[in-house]
Amino acid sequence: MAEVLVLVDHVDGEVKKVTTELLTAARRLGEPAAVWIGEGADTGSAKLAEYGAEKVYVAPAEFNDYVVAPAAELLAKLAGDASAAAVLVSATPENKEVAGRTAVKLGSGVLTDAVDVSAEGVTEHSIFGGGTITHAKVTSGVPVIAVRPNSVPAEESPAAGAREEVSLELSDAAKGAKVTDRVVQEKGARPELTEAAIVVSGGRGVGSDDFSVVESLADSLGAAVGASRAAVDSGWYPNQFQVGQTGKTVSPNLYVALGISGAIQHRAGMQTSKNIVAVNKDPEAPIFELADFGVIGDLHKVAPQLTEEISKRK
Amino acid sequence: MNIVVLVKQVPDTATERKLTSDDKTLDRAASDGVINELDEYAIEEGLLLKEKHGGEVTILTMGPEQATDSIRKALSMGADKAVHVSDEALHGSDALQSAYALSRALGRIEFDLVVLGSESTDARTGVMGAALAEYLGVPQLTLADKVDVDGQAIKVQRLTDYGYDVVEAELPAVVSVVEKINEPRYPSFKLIMQAKKKPVEKLTIADAEIDAARVGLANATTETVDVAPAPPRAAGTIVKDEGEGGVKIAEFLAEKKFV
Ligand SMILES: Cc1cc2nc3c(=O)[nH]c(=O)nc-3n(C[C@H](O)[C@H](O)[C@H](O)COP(=O)(O)OP(=O)(O)OC[C@H]3O[C@@H](n4cnc5c(N)ncnc54)[C@H](O)[C@@H]3O)c2cc1C
Ligand SMILES: Cc1cc2nc3c(=O)[nH]c(=O)nc-3n(C[C@H](O)[C@H](O)[C@H](O)COP(=O)(O)OP(=O)(O)OC[C@H]3O[C@@H](n4cnc5c(N)ncnc54)[C@H](O)[C@@H]3O)c2cc1C
Repeated sequence: MAEVLVLVDHVDGEVKKVTTELLTAARRLGEPAAVWIGEGADTGSAKLAEYGAEKVYVAPAEFNDYVVAPAAELLAKLAGDASAAAVLVSATPENKEVAGRTAVKLGSGVLTDAVDVSAEGVTEHSIFGGGTITHAKVTSGVPVIAVRPNSVPAEESPAAGAREEVSLELSDAAKGAKVTDRVVQEKGARPELTEAAIVVSGGRGVGSDDFSVVESLADSLGAAVGASRAAVDSGWYPNQFQVGQTGKTVSPNLYVALGISGAIQHRAGMQTSKNIVAVNKDPEAPIFELADFGVIGDLHKVAPQLTEEISKRK
Repeated sequence: MNIVVLVKQVPDTATERKLTSDDKTLDRAASDGVINELDEYAIEEGLLLKEKHGGEVTILTMGPEQATDSIRKALSMGADKAVHVSDEALHGSDALQSAYALSRALGRIEFDLVVLGSESTDARTGVMGAALAEYLGVPQLTLADKVDVDGQAIKVQRLTDYGYDVVEAELPAVVSVVEKINEPRYPSFKLIMQAKKKPVEKLTIADAEIDAARVGLANATTETVDVAPAPPRAAGTIVKDEGEGGVKIAEFLAEKKFV
């Protein structure tokens, strides 16, 4: 069986959930081989093997010192050497860029934001604000596919996870854009936004930088916190929590929108959520068109009551 | 400094957007074409850089005849001139073919910086900046919410999962922008009038030396197999808060086994 390369998302050796989902999808297409860039493979490999990685290619941390191009050079080389059946990455803004560059190098095609991948390599996409479903495939060369987090349920399937160091001299072209500083903004103990099964987001309706009404509800549900652009631009919540077209795309089992009107750009980042709950004082707010359950009312009354009710039921 | 800003015409997100039933490409008759939202931010950034460092801002668009409207709008924001690559042979090109074609057109323009949006609102692949940098062999400074140019040196703040990276490179380079970067200006009446006289160079694929075998639907590297409307979402339950809205949501969540 041909190898299917999976670019690993990890933070300090901890493998992100989306990678286990990609490994699961990769098993439909061939034999998963994980591609790890940077430190931490020692601790992370076990998890990759658990989810079906026969191999774990490891490239040095230096590859992270430059923007996107080294990862693409690495994936293209590995895909060529192994005659890979496909390359899978998570559909984050950065990895979509990696996918694009990799496909250019391979002379193949790229599909982004897949919400499913079949054994034949046919992908499913939800486009135009969720109104249309398409299926697509790559018709030339090694398919490079960016898959949305929370699209394919991860299933364990133990494999060898044999580690292989990759030696690859980066080209000068790959070193054109150098990362000279990395600024990590506050993160907190909550689940990661794109990975979380439940997301609770607050918008302009929250009314101030006191986001505790959103955070308390999120914590009662073990959820991640998100924010609309209006809340982020008002300085109420940090940028990396923005959900939407130019923020994060989330696809949780449950999305709770508090005081968010549901502008098209916001919907672009959350419309594939499986269940949507909205609280808004305006009965005409477009978010109600998406909501499975909606309450017309003041979030400052409804959300605390909900938080309390959830605690009671625990 | 010579700046090229890429502008894509996309269907207005406020209208109903569709793919055609025959060749499954964008149905351009179904909705009005507008400038891709983020490209207005790219134009603004180009203009700001020009105001600071001098030079010219050229708009580059690949698209059918009607994309002229978006080009005029871009010029009325203050760009100096435009290049419009338009050819039947380009119809149905996928993202990487488009990047290839745009890179060929860029090969005919002297540029220090290419500025583009980080994502379009229709296709949303978000690969263009990266693919262009690869084709052009120049540094990729994408997803920027801050750009500083100093002589030949360029420095951007690149948004990441965890915050941002500071990225440095030498010109020429490709920069893609996110909406945090600036606030696009409105065209003034004077600029709108002037825009009508600004030069727009039309290029066919032959003019731009784009290989016909590498573009267009027939040669695309991806294929849309089928298109269907999403199954309608079951209408949700919307209730008015009469003092127990929170409890009602809890009941819904319990029913769905979230609590
Ligand atoms: C290029 C571009 C990119 C963008 N990208 C994004 C993006 O990634 N993400 C994003 O979110 N937006 C994005 N936007 C902005 C988007 O268009 C909207 O402006 C934004 O989503 C609005 O945020 P909001 O819903 O919080 O605010 P508003 O639209 O102001 O809505 C606030 C809502 O709160 C309700 N409300 C007020 N008080 C209360 C209360 N006490 N209780 C209950 N409800 C209350 C109001 O009825 C209203 O519906 C983008 C825009 C552009 C142009
Ligand atoms: C619904 C839909 C889904 C699609 N999915 C795929 C897919 O998965 N894979 C694939 O290969 N193709 C896909 N395509 C084709 C793709 O839209 C076009 O090839 C397009 O020209 C480039 O992709 P993009 O808009 O996603 O680029 P993005 O990378 O999202 O655009 C970023 C920026 O690039 C610039 N830009 C993009 N196109 C042009 C242009 N024609 N002229 C000038 N500047 C431009 C703009 O500044 C824009 O802001 C899809 C098309 C549609 C309508």
